[in-house]
Amino acid sequence: MNEHGNPLLKRDGVRTVLASLISIVIGLAVGSVLVVVVGLFSPNLGLSSAWEGIRLIFLGLFSTGRNSGGSLTWGFNPQSVGNMLFRATPLILTGLSVSVAFKTGLFNIGAPGQYLMGTMATLAIALGIPCSALPSPLIWLLAFLGGMLAGALWGCIPGIVKAFLNINEVLACIMTNWIAANLVTWFFDATKVFQNTVENTKSGYIYKTAYGRTLVDGVWTYVDGNGVQTAKLGLDKLFPGSQVNGGILIAILIAVGVYILMTKTTLGYQLKACGSNRHAARYAGVNDKRNIVLSMAIAGALSGAGAALYCLAGNTEFFWSTYQALPATGFNGIPVALLAANHPVGVIFTGCFMSMLNIVGLQLTNLTAYNEYITDVIISVIVYLSAFSLVIKMLLDARRKGKKEIQPVPERLQENQAEAEAPTEKGGEQA
Amino acid sequence: MRTMESENIIEMLHITKEFPGIIANDDITLQLRRGEIHALLGENGAGKSTLMSVLFGLYQPEKGVIKKNGQEVKINDPNDATALGIGMVHQHFKLIEVFTVLDNIILGAETTKLGFLQKKEARAKVAALSQRYGLKVDLDAKVEDITVGMQQRVEILKMLYRDNEILIFDEPTAVLTPQEIDELMATMREFAQEGKSILFISHKLNEIMAVSDRITVLRKGRYIGTVETKDTDKQSLSNMMVGRPVQLEVTKEPAQPGEPVLEVRDFCVPSRSHKKNAVDHVSFQVRAGEILCIAGIDGNGQTELVYGLTGLEKSSGGSAVLCGEDISHASIRHRGANMSHIPEDRHKHGLVLDFSLEQNLVLQRFQEKRFQKHGFIDQKAVREYAEQLIEQYDVRSGQGPVTTARSMSGGNQQKAIIAREVDREKPLIVAVQPTRGLDVGAIEYIHSQLVSERDKGRAVLLVSLELDEVMSLSDRILVMYEGEIVAEIDPKQTTVQELGLYMAGARRMNLSGKEEKGA
Repeated sequence: MNEHGNPLLKRDGVRTVLASLISIVIGLAVGSVLVVVVGLFSPNLGLSSAWEGIRLIFLGLFSTGRNSGGSLTWGFNPQSVGNMLFRATPLILTGLSVSVAFKTGLFNIGAPGQYLMGTMATLAIALGIPCSALPSPLIWLLAFLGGMLAGALWGCIPGIVKAFLNINEVLACIMTNWIAANLVTWFFDATKVFQNTVENTKSGYIYKTAYGRTLVDGVWTYVDGNGVQTAKLGLDKLFPGSQVNGGILIAILIAVGVYILMTKTTLGYQLKACGSNRHAARYAGVNDKRNIVLSMAIAGALSGAGAALYCLAGNTEFFWSTYQALPATGFNGIPVALLAANHPVGVIFTGCFMSMLNIVGLQLTNLTAYNEYITDVIISVIVYLSAFSLVIKMLLDARRKGKKEIQPVPERLQENQAEAEAPTEKGGEQA
Repeated sequence: MRTMESENIIEMLHITKEFPGIIANDDITLQLRRGEIHALLGENGAGKSTLMSVLFGLYQPEKGVIKKNGQEVKINDPNDATALGIGMVHQHFKLIEVFTVLDNIILGAETTKLGFLQKKEARAKVAALSQRYGLKVDLDAKVEDITVGMQQRVEILKMLYRDNEILIFDEPTAVLTPQEIDELMATMREFAQEGKSILFISHKLNEIMAVSDRITVLRKGRYIGTVETKDTDKQSLSNMMVGRPVQLEVTKEPAQPGEPVLEVRDFCVPSRSHKKNAVDHVSFQVRAGEILCIAGIDGNGQTELVYGLTGLEKSSGGSAVLCGEDISHASIRHRGANMSHIPEDRHKHGLVLDFSLEQNLVLQRFQEKRFQKHGFIDQKAVREYAEQLIEQYDVRSGQGPVTTARSMSGGNQQKAIIAREVDREKPLIVAVQPTRGLDVGAIEYIHSQLVSERDKGRAVLLVSLELDEVMSLSDRILVMYEGEIVAEIDPKQTTVQELGLYMAGARRMNLSGKEEKGA
């Protein structure tokens, strides 16, 4: 028998990371093939542009533009890195939202709705409280917590429906998504005061809140800088020219917090027990219904936090007429979570990776005749493959199977089947 | 030599099958004679299923040959096996739940004309087979709606429909009621008389002694021997199987019952499948220091009674007083303060299969001060406790406390549950089918644990479908029939036959004074 095999492969975590990396590489490779195909068939592109495109797909983050000779230059691009971190912030949080739910056996496809509700609450608070009434940091905090709370409440709804009526959370999430989308549109449409005074399809700007306006020559004019937006914490010095702010640090802190919650606390233990086997949790005296609602609430709060941090950056725009399209940030939480195998710390990296693809798209558009939709294709391929990364992990598992196992394989299979085909009552309550 | 060959319809010679890290079958030889019932006996993990999977083409052996009628054959997949007339009833049935019985039987062997199914002929053939062997099935019922016993008959008809002459039964009785087991045995004998050859995998000695002609014993992947059933007995078989002398009978002192720990009065639990009560005005007591057994055929309300008592299901009437407190409406956690529960379904209720062993061992206790500080789990305390239990109760697993429960063998999973429940040291232990699907060694261990808990003064409420277990382990037997208690029996003054009459509802005792119900 070959007892050798790669010792690294024996570690479960290593195989998980490897599986994700394989999906990513395949995604990028498919993107490159696409670049070549488009390059060959497009009159104003060619093989040389294709080669540039491929390099940009893999290394776009480190592109610094073109030199006078017209060839691509490379190096540390603080603006790209800063923007990547900025755009990663909400993705990390929606990724966490999805992964917490996954860990507790629920599929939170409701992140977009929770994200929207978070956006609405955050903007309403940040724009609605006059900066003369409260110190700006307090408004910031209220807006942030308000966003989280709104997300949590919105997440609760599918949780409650699931726990008490045994209605699949995916169904409930999809419906609450669209309810949120329409609710938000209606809210901004009806209240008017939160609309942007110049372009009323957008919400007002946080850094010049509605209540920061003052009469100048009989016209309402913005007064700049009331300080409600997220503090930069010096990151703007580190990455000059980018939109980055302290939000990314908060997101990382939350990710670590979620990790601790899920692995070290009794609450996390209960949530996971309910997720893996609701019946056993109930048998052990754990309140399964409460835990299902709670886990959806936590998931919702995380999505809401993502929305809050994005809005509170101050330099972002929100088009409030959302009733026709749900925010991609919410859905992209799913691949972020899957690629990270639902590991909260892993989500930080996969969130950054997904936002890096965004940056790559921008670089492609700026520097070549390609447009950023290529990266949309890459993202979609990776979304497919992120589900596939589980399959890849299974293949890696199979390669190693039994090396440490006492049980022969067939017995293990039997046990699994026994569990799958538990003889008592079929259907009924399927968790 | 020629006569030898024609006598053996199937020969598996020197079969060796390895899996990474383990030799599941090590040089095993099995010869199946035409028209015999050949039992394959061994503990869990002895390699019985692997050997049968090799014969059925699911695995390829590294060494060894398979011969049919003396001719060497190569079985690459189940289709080859079917072509050779080999059929198998798997332990966990391979049926499509949303298909009808008839569709399941003909699936994979359909007769078609121009691509259209010819179900009429198939129906006639299946009906004839069903008639001939007394295998009653409803051809148009969906599999999900029929009983487990009928599902097994469907599996058997599948083999007959394909004209198989070598029939493999993998643990066929594990899911059946005593009556269904008798019917199955009769059917198997009939097959053998017609010249079909049967391989019967089991670790239940009674059944093997009752039905088989010869027995091959495996232990830890090795061939131990083949014996004629008429020349052996249960004791020597179990010694061969386990490799050491095994205590088949439970040894215990007479019970010394004390005060009642649990008093159940007019207890009712609604049924999920019909409008009536599954448990109908049941009253009884369990006293400290005794093992009270609820006997009955599966589905007569035992499961619901336990669900009602443990809180998994809401009771609809009556009271259950545990240690002086009515718990009939208390939360599960609250009831757990005075009650341990070894659940019927260890995969559904007993374990979180994806959790590690140590996490499973503190499933009810993680919130005790001992295992947590300010909401943070004290990993070290959990680990120490798990190691202590593993040591004390001899729970074997690949990686100790961090082994995933799913990867453990059924016997050790059950041992882990027993360890967890017994160690909680509660006055009442509710044990439901604690030895189901386990081998002799594990059964011996679990029985002795329950007896020693009884001797420590705990009250044990045992629910079991195994008549042997009921007779040997209990101090007092209550028989449940259609949700009611129909008899209270002293196991020393009754026979299995008498018990069977009560269980089948053919007789009932007048339990006067126990319940005031209009008859």
